Parts: sequence; structure tokens; C-alpha cells
Amino acid sequence: MKRALILTLCTAFGATAVAAGDVKPADVVYEDGVVSASLTGQAGDAVNGRMVFANRKQGNCLACHANSDMPEEGFHGEVGPMMDGVGERWTEAELRGIVSNSKMVFEGTIMPAFYIDSGYERPLDKFAGQSILSAQQVEDIIAYLLTLKDS
Amino acid sequence: MTNTLWTTLALIGLGTAVGAQDSNSLSIEGESIVTEVAAPAHMENVDTIYSGWRFRSAETQALEMDDFDNPAFVFVEQGMDLWDKVDGAAGKACSSCHENIEDFAGLRTQLPRVDDGELVTMENLINECRTDRMEAEPWKWSKGKMTAMTGLIGVQSRGMPMNVAIDGDAAPFWEKGKELYYTRVGQLDMACSNCHEDNYGMMIRADHLSQGQINGFPTYRLKNAKLNSIHGRFKGCMKNIRATPFKEGGDEFKALELYLASRGQGLSVETPSVRN
Ligand code: HEC
Ligand code: HEC
Repeated sequence: MKRALILTLCTAFGATAVAAGDVKPADVVYEDGVVSASLTGQAGDAVNGRMVFANRKQGNCLACHANSDMPEEGFHGEVGPMMDGVGERWTEAELRGIVSNSKMVFEGTIMPAFYIDSGYERPLDKFAGQSILSAQQVEDIIAYLLTLKDS
Repeated sequence: MTNTLWTTLALIGLGTAVGAQDSNSLSIEGESIVTEVAAPAHMENVDTIYSGWRFRSAETQALEMDDFDNPAFVFVEQGMDLWDKVDGAAGKACSSCHENIEDFAGLRTQLPRVDDGELVTMENLINECRTDRMEAEPWKWSKGKMTAMTGLIGVQSRGMPMNVAIDGDAAPFWEKGKELYYTRVGQLDMACSNCHEDNYGMMIRADHLSQGQINGFPTYRLKNAKLNSIHGRFKGCMKNIRATPFKEGGDEFKALELYLASRGQGLSVETPSVRN
């Protein structure tokens, strides 16, 4: 049921895992960890990005990153840095690199790569060959992170 | 509209963030339990090891301090019934061969161990008695009868320090377990070490990360209100990182169990512990 719900919402925002125009995970071009080109060619939706950031079945970024912009959410994690002011510390292209594949930026990091669909071992069958987030969800999160200025 | 929907969903996840104030000393039924000790020499990245009890909320901690309050004892009692129950073609109960359950004091501290070249856990030893001596059906690895019995046998060692052998015959199994501990798996691509070595003490969303010690198993979890096996917990952690778990009772989990037991050398056996 939850799945259906998420799917409906994704469709509402025009983001599905297989949108035709998306850059495929394997085709993303990293230059020193930076990804300049949009993964979808469409502007990200910061409002949706905020939801994806918190949603446990999607980004679940909040599991590791505390974020003062979300006081309504209980339980902010402390494994990674706080997100306050992150939109000033990094450019859009840098954030795209960090979210798509943080390992290109932070060596040996615990942070999962959200836009790769291979290169990990023993995935549960239902996740095999898939990225954690869709291209549009990544763009939406970046749009949201860019709104986090100052602290 | 969608906005309201999500806010509602988010709110379901809200609860009271219990300030994880760790009490430092644990005493159960008047016996003092070591929950913190210098790490064994083989651990390269950690100086001090802590029982998982230290990372739980004061309320959860309290449940383990008195056997009356500890919900795990309902199951340990069931283990006592099974101990005396005749089962199988040989017409025997555990108590037909073993005079006193207390004679098992110390066993939990030394498992898993190598017998005739094979790595065996407490579940293996119990099932060997069932199939070979009682001629009864083996119990399922993580089901109620098995965890009741591992709880009953384990509590006989409560307060004694974990002390598994990792050299000699055990060395290759230990090496394999160590390798698994540091190998990333799953769509989230994490190793046990990423959470339980690099980040213990941190909150990961609502969970306070411990060192993932196994000195308290089987553990009663508030989450599912039953005793949980060691391999069952490994399985849960693997699924959380979206990895296909290894088989309960299989070579990988047995090796991992030996390695984890060795990361807890010196901590008191806390069986049956209470966790969330
Ligand atoms: C399991 C933990 C974990 C999760 C989940 C996680 N991150 Fe991270 N993240 C980290 C850690 C740790 C770092 C710091 C880099 C390092 O040292 O590994 C980091 C760094 C970052 C940075 C750079 C921050 C700075 O101030 O330098 C950004 C931006 C970021 N993460 C965004 C995200 C987003 C967006 C998500 C979800 C889509 C996410 N993270 C999910 C652990 C995590
Ligand atoms: C994404 C983070 C994460 C990873 C990776 C992870 N775990 Fe856990 N683990 C947890 C959390 C959260 C808990 C519950 C809180 C606690 O005790 O740390 C837990 C609990 C445990 C416990 C119970 C500890 C106790 O005191 O009862 C054990 C044992 C354990 N993990 C072993 C493992 C093993 C073995 C692996 C690798 C196969 C692993 N974990 C991987 C997050 C993780």
C-alpha cells in the first residue's frame, strides 16, 4: 500500500525511476566528483526534495544528517554533518556529485551512493540493478539543499 | 493536498526522543556485570568495548536489572519446561543425560568453538543432542524453542567474561568472520564496521548505535516481544542495508558470530538481555 502511495506521488511530481530523458546512472559524468549536467534536464522541485530528504523509504537523509529546517520531524541523525547552510558550502554541481555518488568525493564514506545501479554486492533481489533514488528525486533534493542557506 | 498527506505521514514517525542517558554500572540480582572493558589486543580501531546495554534508554536498561521485570524470563521458564520434556524416539529429555542445568555455567562464554574441525555454536550443540541422542527433530535456528533453550543455557553463564578461542583451529574461521565484518554489502553498500565501529554512540535516526556486541543474546526485543537469536539479528541488520542475508546457521554467520564474540572478550555474559 505504502509502495502504491509513493508511486502515485512520484507520478504526481513527474518523477519515475525510468523516465526516458534521464541520464542513466552508469552514464553520469564525474569530474573530480563534480557533476555539472542535470540528470533530467528539468529543474528540481525543492518542495518534493524536502520530502524525499526525510522519507524513510526514499532518501532517509535525516537518518544521518540533522537539519534545523525540519523541526517537525523527530529523530535527526548524527552520523554525518548538519545540513544547515549546506547550500552555501557547496555548488549545485558539487551537490549533484555528492548525492549521486558520495564515494567520488569522500573516500571510504558511510554515505550511500543514491544514483548508482551497480557496483554493490548481494543486494536484496527487489533492489538489484536499481538506484536508491530516481534522477528526478536527486534533482529535487539538490534544489532543496540549495535552499539551506546560512545557519 | 499531497503536502498535508506527507506531513501526516511524517508525524506518525514522531515520538519522544529519550535522551540516551547512559547509566554506567549494571548489577543484576546483586551480581555486578562488566559493561565496559579495555578492547582485546586484536581490535585495531577501538580502545574500549561496551555492552549494548550502555546505549539503551534508562527505561530499557531498568528492565534488565531485575529478573522479575525482565520479560525474557517468561521464555527462559519455557526453556526449563523443555529441559524436562521427553521427546524423540529414544524417549529422553535433556535432563535424562544432564543432571544439573547449572553445569552449563561457562559454556556461553566459549562459543562458538571448533569441534573436530567444524565451527559450532550453541544451536548446533543443542540440535546435536536432539538428533543424535534423543532421536528427535532438530529445532529451527531462531524459533521459540531454540531461543528458549539458548536463553536458559546462556543465563547459567551470566556475569562470566566472554572468552572465545580465536587461535589454532579457530583462526581460519575467525579470519573469515573478520573479513565479513568489514565487507560492504547491499544497495546501501555498508559493512558492519561502518555502523558499529566507526559510528557507535551516534544516533542513526531514532536508533542509538551500539558496538553490536553479542554478549546479551538471545535478547528480548521490545520491538517484537520475543527472544531473538544472534543470527536473526545479523539478518535484520543486513536487510536494513538492503542486502540479501546469509543463511541462519550457515558458515558465514557462524564465522561472523565467532568474530563478534571475540570483539566482546571480557564483557560479562548478560543473557538474556533486553534491547529495543
Ligand atoms: C548513513 C549515513 C548517511 C546518509 C544516509 C546520508 N549521508 Fe550525507 N554524509 C554522511 C557523512 C558521514 C558525510 C561526511 C563525509 C564523510 O566524511 O564521509 C556526509 C556528507 C554529506 C554532504 C556534505 C556536507 C558538508 O557539509 O560538507 C551532503 C551535502 C550530504 N551528505 C547530503 C546527503 C543527502 C542529500 C542524503 C540523502 C539523499 C544523505 N547525505 C544521506 C552520511 C550520510
Ligand atoms: C546502517 C547501520 C547498521 C549496519 C550497517 C549494521 N547494523 Fe547492526 N545494528 C544497527 C542498529 C541501529 C542496531 C540497534 C541499536 C544497537 O544496538 O546498535 C543494531 C544492532 C545490532 C546488534 C545487537 C546489539 C545488542 O546489544 O543487542 C548486533 C549484534 C548487530 N547489530 C550486528 C551487526 C552485524 C554483524 C552487522 C553486519 C552484518 C551489522 N550489525 C550491520 C545498525 C546497523
